[in-house]
Amino acid sequence: MKLKIIFGISLLLAVLIVSCQNEEQLEFTHYYSSGKLTYQTKCQNCHGANGEGLQGLIPPLTDSAYLKLNKATLACSIKHGLKGKLTILNHSFEGEMPASDLAPVEIASVLTYITNSFSNKLGTITSQQVETDLAKWK
Amino acid sequence: MFWSACKFNNGNKVLPIYGSREAVTKVVNGQKVTDTVYQTIPAFSYINQYGDSITNKNLDGNIYVADFFFTTCPSICPVMHRNMLTVFKAFKDTTGVKIISYTIDPGHDSVPVLKKYADKLGISGNSWWLLQGHKNETYQIAKSYLVSVQEKNGQGEYIHDGYFILIDKQKRIRGTYDGTKPEDVNNLIADIKVLRAEPVAPAAK
Repeated sequence: MKLKIIFGISLLLAVLIVSCQNEEQLEFTHYYSSGKLTYQTKCQNCHGANGEGLQGLIPPLTDSAYLKLNKATLACSIKHGLKGKLTILNHSFEGEMPASDLAPVEIASVLTYITNSFSNKLGTITSQQVETDLAKWK
Repeated sequence: MFWSACKFNNGNKVLPIYGSREAVTKVVNGQKVTDTVYQTIPAFSYINQYGDSITNKNLDGNIYVADFFFTTCPSICPVMHRNMLTVFKAFKDTTGVKIISYTIDPGHDSVPVLKKYADKLGISGNSWWLLQGHKNETYQIAKSYLVSVQEKNGQGEYIHDGYFILIDKQKRIRGTYDGTKPEDVNNLIADIKVLRAEPVAPAAK
């Protein structure tokens, strides 16, 4: 009897853990796939299908260290644009990225796509996280 | 019969000639001869990224690809020039093949700006020229390339086509390609090879 209860509880726990993971996985997949579409229409012309950028004109999105270090300001850069000097993968870039009219949820999904593609792996960036970051950085 | 007009495809691709055309009848040696006169690119005068004067004469005897862009273009130009770079790399060591990019924003795109753009794009030498000229002349000449460009709109954007135009040695239009699509640009590279192999017909008198 005791054994049965223990077995039952652990089964329940296992199911909960798996479904929890599934939910996280599901959220990631949801953000990632809609982010891919946004990327293709809003980012790809300049940054390229593989995030390769364009020579010395447009920086690539393959600098995982830069993305990790600047994770909190990425949303702000997408919303308000970016201007001035930038060092990406030891190359210096200058120029301007235009501001965008993307909603926080779109910024979250496109960031999830970028930071988990092109050999980057930073996990899901949620809409709530973007809202928090946007409130903090201007 | 319609089908009788179709020729057996023997694999020898011949590029079409685009643009308007007219039949001109002349008397040569006492005989009436009718010739087709095709649309050609008119004379022009520009300055390239090195500050050199470039006219249509500098392209005599060359096959060339033309497009219209501006260096601060946030929309289609980066993808166009990412693709044009593929064309550049394929033919940079081939004499008789050139690329010219006309800026549609000559007010901003001065010679130093164009030179900086070229350097950052990683192009050097004389096979790809970035040309600055008078705005009106550029807008006019765009039409002869069958390309549509317009003045800045309310949002400060230039609306323009992303086409790559292939011009033969007689300055006739032999192909138009969507410069934003890599597969179209591969066709352009193949067509340049076809055009290079084309025997030069005696120039129309």
